[in-house]
Amino acid sequence: MSNNTGKKAHEPLFHIIKRNGLPFWKSWLIRILSVIAALIVCGIVIVFVTGENPLEMYKTMFEGAFGTERRRWGLMQDLAMLLCVSLAVTPAFKMKFWNIGAEGQVLIGGLATAACMILFGEKLSPYILYPLMICSSIIAGAVWAVIPAFFKAKWNTNETLFTLMMNYIAIQILSYFSYIWSNPKGSGKIGIINASSSAGWLPYIGNNKYLFNILIVLALTIFMYIYLKYSKHGYELSVVGESENTARYIGINVKKVIIRTMLLSGAICGIAGLLLVAGANHTVSSNAADGRGFTAIMVSWLAKFNPIYMILTSLLLVFLDKGATEISTTFSLNDSFSEIITGIIIFFIIGSEFFINYKIKFREKEVITKPETQETVKEGNEQ
Amino acid sequence: MKKLLAIVLSIALLLGLAACGANKPADDTTAASENQTEANPVTDRKVGFIFLHDENSTYDKNFIDAAKEACDNLGVEYVLKTNIPEDKECYETAADLAESGCSIVFADSFGHEDYMIQAAKEYPEVQFCHATGTQAHTAGLDNFNNAFASIYEGRYLAGVAAGMKLNEMIESGKIKAEDAKIGYIGAYTYAEVISGYTSFFLGARSVCESATMAVQFTGSWYDETAEKEAANTLIERGCVLISQHADSMGAPTACENAGVPDVSYNGSTKSVAPNTYIISSKINWVPYFEYIINQVANGQPIDTDWTGTIATGSVQLTELNEDVAAEGTKEAIEEAQAKLEAGTLHVYDTATFTVDGKELTEYKADVDSDPDYTPDTNVVSDGYFHESEFRSAPYFDLEIDGIERLNAKF
Repeated sequence: MSNNTGKKAHEPLFHIIKRNGLPFWKSWLIRILSVIAALIVCGIVIVFVTGENPLEMYKTMFEGAFGTERRRWGLMQDLAMLLCVSLAVTPAFKMKFWNIGAEGQVLIGGLATAACMILFGEKLSPYILYPLMICSSIIAGAVWAVIPAFFKAKWNTNETLFTLMMNYIAIQILSYFSYIWSNPKGSGKIGIINASSSAGWLPYIGNNKYLFNILIVLALTIFMYIYLKYSKHGYELSVVGESENTARYIGINVKKVIIRTMLLSGAICGIAGLLLVAGANHTVSSNAADGRGFTAIMVSWLAKFNPIYMILTSLLLVFLDKGATEISTTFSLNDSFSEIITGIIIFFIIGSEFFINYKIKFREKEVITKPETQETVKEGNEQ
Repeated sequence: MKKLLAIVLSIALLLGLAACGANKPADDTTAASENQTEANPVTDRKVGFIFLHDENSTYDKNFIDAAKEACDNLGVEYVLKTNIPEDKECYETAADLAESGCSIVFADSFGHEDYMIQAAKEYPEVQFCHATGTQAHTAGLDNFNNAFASIYEGRYLAGVAAGMKLNEMIESGKIKAEDAKIGYIGAYTYAEVISGYTSFFLGARSVCESATMAVQFTGSWYDETAEKEAANTLIERGCVLISQHADSMGAPTACENAGVPDVSYNGSTKSVAPNTYIISSKINWVPYFEYIINQVANGQPIDTDWTGTIATGSVQLTELNEDVAAEGTKEAIEEAQAKLEAGTLHVYDTATFTVDGKELTEYKADVDSDPDYTPDTNVVSDGYFHESEFRSAPYFDLEIDGIERLNAKF
């Protein structure tokens, strides 16, 4: 609430003011209202485009995501995977290093895992195989991430382009090995690796296929929370993110921080690749990462780089994805329709962040337009 | 305070998710049974379908259309799951369909097979059927089945149409006889593709003796840009007619732009290429879908390895585009088809082709899948290569003379 009185000349119809520290409940009220607004808009779109009952559709979304035990575990697994990649990109983003190469880093980590499973799966004892898989996936992911970091630190290259391009290299390498190791030969598909011996598969806990993955990611989440919030490294990288000059002034070795942070970022991507390949899919292909490297960016930003909030934002995105897919199946609609719905909801949620950080102040002096203006203010706040 | 609340919220959420694990059993089938008043062995069934892509892929569209048609014909409820990748997602989807009351689950893509087997082991009471796969006849599961069709016969007939067009071009002086070069876009150097282009080529050469062929591989079953590029490359290299075994509209579109005739696959592509599309061969999956639904409804076993033929209506040619096709194409196809059906003509008649300059008298193919691709069965006898007889999925993977592979890295 800044005071803005007494200005007369050239006052625009409205202007935007940065808010300072909106109360917690208020910011959440805005978020909830934005979701409601999104659901209303989606409802209108649903009725106009398909003629279906929007409430039925929302119910279907919930069923698609939570309807059966299998679906709940599937949701948890996808949530864990998305969260894992999001955790990986977060330190880099906090450092304002635009790592959009998580997709490639995950793929390379997954490929390293798959390589160990294919080449050594039935030859080495599990006591050697598992450490080998873990090390190679972490190293592969870290190497893939540190290459652009090195160039950035050394020659200040553009990391956005560099990391993006590294994705394509990774995808092509994956395609190449999908062919080399394809089973049956020439089909371009690796198929389930070690299907009969299960060598190199991550353990099932009880009867559950995904619990192991979920626990690992939970541990990583806690680690990342502590790392960013309480460790010296975490502090250094956020200073570098705020201002490199300040960091230099207080004696932080910026180059070292960039490289170290990207090593960590890539290593966690490598772990994501390991979990995807050895813990879930038991195969690898060029679309194994399934766009998570990019979705993770949204998860991380929406959660304002807070690993705990990221559980919520990744749940939201995974829920939307699963729910929307169920809609398209149940109502025999094209997949594009579910993407439209997801798009609208995400648009509103991202939009709400704007109204949390800024407020719109309208011109107040004209009496005639006053009632209408108030109306608009109200509307603006709701979104 | 803020953080604490967020932590509490997140943990509550996770626990909530985990806790409601076994509370509520799946109720998805109730909707299905509500509108059915009396028990009917056929219409009480629900069939789940898993597709790699959606209608935008000619390959999947062919399956999707057939699934709808077969289920509508029999009045069976169906669930279509599109865009299911070839990883654990396929297993999850298959298991989800089984849990939601489907008595048959079908998957359409080669890479789905391992995951279908995984689900089949877990749900023995549900039949899992898979097109283009190779493992059912050795998997030893009662509820996992493969299916394919003798599409090489359809390819051969489409090849006849291509040969007729080449002849027309030669006769009208548009090209010289030795320039009758066909361009073919394949996905991988995989038996299904090799069998496809070889039969197509043999069909064309049975009509146009001077025909040759160049094959360009894309390294993907579905890559519109790569397929378009491959078609353009082939056209630039002097190919006067194009055909493809890859699933997007890339090649037909490139042909239409360049004005080069195209023999399509998986269904008519006349809508995107009205001036160049000649004919298309396709597998009609309706007979198979009706077959599996009826077998399950009657409590009969499904053939573990089912091969559709022209006779079962599984191999079809789609509408002939009279504006582009050469005169007499229809008659030529009908004649060849009659011979194929009568058994007097064999597509892979060893007298019609050579490998490394020699006639084929014996060939061991890798019919039973194993990790080392050991050739295990002699498939050449009585003067022809017995394709799709020892197993439904094709296993013809020979490089015959007259076909040039431009790139074989895939």
